[in-house]
Amino acid sequence: MIARMVLNGRSRQVDVRPEHTLLETLRDTLGIFDVKEGCGEGVCGACTVLLDGRPVSSCLVLAPAVRGRAVTTLRGLERDGGLHPLQEAFVRHGAVQCGFCTPGMLLTALAFLEREPRPDREAIRAALEGNLCRCTGYTKIVDAVEAYARDRGHG
Amino acid sequence: MQPFEYVAPETLPDALALLRAHGEEAKVLAGGQSLVPLLNYRLAKPHVVVDVNALPFGDIASDDGRLRLGALVRHHQLEESEVVRRRCPVLADAARCIGNVRVRTLGTVGGSLAHADPAAELPAVMTALDARLTVASARGDRHVDARDFFTGLLTTALAPDELLTAVDVPAVPAHGWAVEELSRRAGDFAVVAVVALLTVDGRGHVDDVRLAFAGVADRPVRARAAEDALRGHEPTSERLALAAAAARAALDPPSDAFVSAAYRGMVAGVLCRRALARAVTRALETR
Repeated sequence: MIARMVLNGRSRQVDVRPEHTLLETLRDTLGIFDVKEGCGEGVCGACTVLLDGRPVSSCLVLAPAVRGRAVTTLRGLERDGGLHPLQEAFVRHGAVQCGFCTPGMLLTALAFLEREPRPDREAIRAALEGNLCRCTGYTKIVDAVEAYARDRGHG
Repeated sequence: MQPFEYVAPETLPDALALLRAHGEEAKVLAGGQSLVPLLNYRLAKPHVVVDVNALPFGDIASDDGRLRLGALVRHHQLEESEVVRRRCPVLADAARCIGNVRVRTLGTVGGSLAHADPAAELPAVMTALDARLTVASARGDRHVDARDFFTGLLTTALAPDELLTAVDVPAVPAHGWAVEELSRRAGDFAVVAVVALLTVDGRGHVDDVRLAFAGVADRPVRARAAEDALRGHEPTSERLALAAAAARAALDPPSDAFVSAAYRGMVAGVLCRRALARAVTRALETR
């Protein structure tokens, strides 16, 4: 079946199969590989995308249920072909090790900061508790989000 | 996933007709946060998935004595709603404990109740609140009290052709409240969770008191013995400890791969005492 959705800011008609998840549609049908599959049961956060601005596990969303809605993946954060300032903060703070959890971390953090622009460190840790980093590099990830929130506040 | 037919009815009669036509072969999709994992693992193999997200059950309404939650109210709405925070704040606290932020984006009140995981927060909260559930079918509406709704592990009073459409909860703005839970990792289901609600009267005695557990049986459990031990008494720390001991004594919790029955019982007692202490503090603040 054909589902119309807004994907990273562009309206798209996508051929979806009912038994596919959004994750499968993004990766296997559309070739959007910045979305990662980790656990397949909504626990790890690697497949996080924003659905109408809120974080969801794309492995727990049926593809046909996305019709008429807006999906943002990491690619949607690009600014004039360059990195988003939060991505730059991740680079600056060494918040990326293997990189597998990074897209989910970035999208979750941005959705959180939309609702809570000046969080303290504890709030950032709580906001990211559903995104697992198996390199266990959480400290630098929290550092990066904290620095981004602070610098943006002054900018 | 096994292939299935996907249908997304836009009216309640259409949805109910589909459920009636397909019976046990159909599964209702609301937030999908329990159903889609079951589909991914092929533990559920429905012939038809009935996506009910287009139905108009996504609102929180408030009148004099109660809140009416549509079955499609999302957990994040409970967390963020001003009227919930003012009139039934225990719902907001319980919602904050559910899964992770992505589960709370999509997961629904009705879905959590209909799935009936015995360790889930909302079934315990609804049991504590004496919520009343509205269930629709092609035969008409019926109402089921929360205490009669949960009938066993992942099992409810819902027939295959019925759809949960709304939940009525009493507004309890004067009650002190607390939700305490222990889980092994952030986002896990609770090992044990406790919901406490109580009021303290002008003489400083406990008046109305409601206590419910999740994670200690095949369904949510109301702690009547503990409530009786508190009602009419001054909520001293000794009295709260006595009530928590009464609650614990009435439980017969299960062991599982992670936690023994003895440990679960001990945790239930400790969390119960903490929840009561916090609820008493809050009740005294609002008095």
